[in-house]
Amino acid sequence: MGMDMKEKIRDFHQARWDEPVIFELSAPGERGILVPEGGPLIEAAGKKALEELPEGMRRETPPALPEMGQMRVLKHFLRLSQENLGADFNIDIGQGTCTMKYSPKVNDRLAGSPKVADLHPLQDESTLQGALEIMYRTEQLLKSISGLDRFCLHPGGGSQALSGIAAIIRAWVDDHGLRDQKDEIITTIFSHPSNPAVAKLRGFKVITIYPDPVTGRPDFEAFKAAVSDRTAALMITNPEDIGLYNDRIREFTDLVHAHGGICSYDQANANGILGVTRAKEAGFDLCFFNIHKTFSTPHGCGGPGCGVIGAAEHLVPYLPVPLVGFCEESGKYFLDYSVPKTIGKMKDFYGVLPAVVRAYAWIMNLGAEGLLEVARVATLNNNYVFQKILKMKGAGAPPYAEGEHRMEQVRYSFQKLKEETGLGIADVQNRIFDYAGHIWTSHEPFIVPEPFTIEPTESYSRDELDEYLAILERIVEEAYTDPEILRHAPHRSVIHHVDHDYLEDPKRWAITWRMYRKRFDGYFQPKDA
Amino acid sequence: MFRLGLIVNPVAGMGGRVGLKGTDGADCLAKARELGAIPLAPSRAALALRVLLPVKDELCLFTCPGLMGETAAVEAGLPFRAIGLGVGPQTGPEDTKEAARRMAEAGVDLLLFAGGDGTARDITEAVGENVLCLGIPAGVKIHSAVYAATPLHAGEAVLSLVRGRRPSRRLAEVMDIDEEAFRKGEVRSRLFGYLPVPADRRHLQGLKSGSPRSEAALQKAIAADLLEKLKPGALALVGPGTTTRELKRAMGFEGTLLGVDAAKDGKLVAEDCGERELLELIAREPEGNVRIIVTPIGGQGFLFGRGNQQFSPDVLKRVGKENILVAAVPGKLSALAGAPLRVDTGDPRLDRELSGYTKVVTGYHEAVMAKVTA
Repeated sequence: MGMDMKEKIRDFHQARWDEPVIFELSAPGERGILVPEGGPLIEAAGKKALEELPEGMRRETPPALPEMGQMRVLKHFLRLSQENLGADFNIDIGQGTCTMKYSPKVNDRLAGSPKVADLHPLQDESTLQGALEIMYRTEQLLKSISGLDRFCLHPGGGSQALSGIAAIIRAWVDDHGLRDQKDEIITTIFSHPSNPAVAKLRGFKVITIYPDPVTGRPDFEAFKAAVSDRTAALMITNPEDIGLYNDRIREFTDLVHAHGGICSYDQANANGILGVTRAKEAGFDLCFFNIHKTFSTPHGCGGPGCGVIGAAEHLVPYLPVPLVGFCEESGKYFLDYSVPKTIGKMKDFYGVLPAVVRAYAWIMNLGAEGLLEVARVATLNNNYVFQKILKMKGAGAPPYAEGEHRMEQVRYSFQKLKEETGLGIADVQNRIFDYAGHIWTSHEPFIVPEPFTIEPTESYSRDELDEYLAILERIVEEAYTDPEILRHAPHRSVIHHVDHDYLEDPKRWAITWRMYRKRFDGYFQPKDA
Repeated sequence: MFRLGLIVNPVAGMGGRVGLKGTDGADCLAKARELGAIPLAPSRAALALRVLLPVKDELCLFTCPGLMGETAAVEAGLPFRAIGLGVGPQTGPEDTKEAARRMAEAGVDLLLFAGGDGTARDITEAVGENVLCLGIPAGVKIHSAVYAATPLHAGEAVLSLVRGRRPSRRLAEVMDIDEEAFRKGEVRSRLFGYLPVPADRRHLQGLKSGSPRSEAALQKAIAADLLEKLKPGALALVGPGTTTRELKRAMGFEGTLLGVDAAKDGKLVAEDCGERELLELIAREPEGNVRIIVTPIGGQGFLFGRGNQQFSPDVLKRVGKENILVAAVPGKLSALAGAPLRVDTGDPRLDRELSGYTKVVTGYHEAVMAKVTA
């Protein structure tokens, strides 16, 4: 029997394996593949390669890698994969700001075909014309989506793209002899935290603007007080993580331009504005997209993604290299390193090609009308969920922009639930695993109490949105009637209860096996205790 | 066994329902009783204790006689041990203090108390920073940061401790409000001291603020930024608070936690200065050579007029608005939920001058443009 389609609550139980860390499974001498002997010629050549390595780079003992047979390796990773949830398993709308949408499998086929997967990054350009053409064409699409003049597809993710943007701002400021004058970058508290982080990384001082408590948009008066001739740049997200579009954005960018600064647009949250607004018309000089979010390529668990940097004409000379060029004369595509003031390379070779292939296929499949439809459906889905959650016991949204619709996502709060039951978002998070769900506590920047962010995207039917809402409603009900079940949750998941105290205490961390062996005996028993 | 101490201040909160804005002092209590006030704190404490029923076998509850604890334990259905405190029919601050001292001697893992700011003050006086504490909000005035948001939050926080959570400690502010003034509609508060509370962001502060560890790191980062802003030879008048205390430490001295200290080039010039002393110090300096460094006090975001009245209108005018440096950990600003920072110097014209937008240092080379109003 399948689930009760009316009640929409699944009788779910996750696989649970007490699978050891792979290093603990190592059996000395065991091998997955017996590599054939090379014969005297190859062996001699190999020896020479080793001898050519500088002395300091040659290791004396082999690395302590696990030694295992194939079958054991296979079981190990299949077991771990059963202890997982993800966009292809559950209704993955609780990971707001991450734009978890469906990535069509046919696009995976394209990216996985030997024509893409078997390319070697050191192949000669003349043998890479197809790959370069896809990159070139993707750039033309991104130019038309944003209105900016050139794109670099290099960075492996959004924060790396932002880091490139900060490097461009740094280079531009220095290039104009303004290093001592322009030392401040302005951002907003609901812009992604990577914006202030990369600004700091490049030696700028950061000034943050909080929202106006009534409109929820960045306080323009505070912004005016912050902008000066010291302003090197504005680095801002719009719509911000709370799902509100700053409709005065042109006033923000105009003011920064009046003081000779640069405006950078974090477009990680572009799913609600595709085909609706563009970076150019909003007055931005730089922007980036996460094509692994908005343009439907898998996130790959933190990478490899693809964050693309766009620049208006005057900043194109600073873009990272290589760009992809096309020579009309020869009819050939080429990797273009002749960018005069480039900030240099951001990643080895030419970026994450499979992500570009998937995004290209996705955009070409939808066309301009399709992209606009994506934005419309994502916004519609979001506002459907928004209205439902506003009516949910214990839940609500922060009290700004009341009566207004939201864009593609909303930051909500379980503050009322917490006040009435003592249980909050962390408890809901622990329990939702029991219903094959996931919800992110989205605390950053620690402003909305008991926060969660839902971003339904265009991929979900109303049926599935209702299923997710039914799960949330069930858990809220449990919080009021059977709190003990939440306190001990999850019950049907891979592990019980993750204690966050451990995550906050670096002394209790072991992020590598080597560190674990140095610090701990048994199961996290400190060696010095 | 988890050793839990419970002290209930039965008169806490009695003044509230009958409009007395507090219940400090015997006269006031008598008046509250006359107006028909009944003790509320024991029931508030029982609400918190009820959360602990699933772990009652792992718990050793020490408490005081009658309304000071037993009543709540009985109401919640939790077994308890008396600490052998003799109290009269009318309990007072001395009873709270004596009970707290005995709990400390009994070696409780946590001292849970139900009351208001006055109760927190008494506990601070009795056991200082030696015992891990947590307040159940039951009083009229709750300006101290040692209280959980609601009795249920307090219960959940204790429950997680009994079940083996071992969070680090953080020092939370105990505020002292002048009830006389409060009744006249003025909020005058000062920082009385600090109590160690479990750093439990789920129950004490919600998910609004960072971990205590990162808070300490942020305070160090703020100190580094402020140090950079202090030109050699400048006289720094550093206000109270844990954030500004890090600046004092970075300068190389401990100073006072609750007072205003003066320093120059990393050396302490004068400790715990009053208004007159500050004016004398300022008079010796060339114009524009003095900086005031403050952090908002308590949960209401006051820059001046709460907890640092030494910075009088005269002092502020002589130093000048442009020489005031404001610093705060981001969590403190977030906790204001969009409300502006406040000034209440006692001089309305000066308050207007200090209003507007000001840069608040929130980290090393990090600032927030914050609104200040009178």
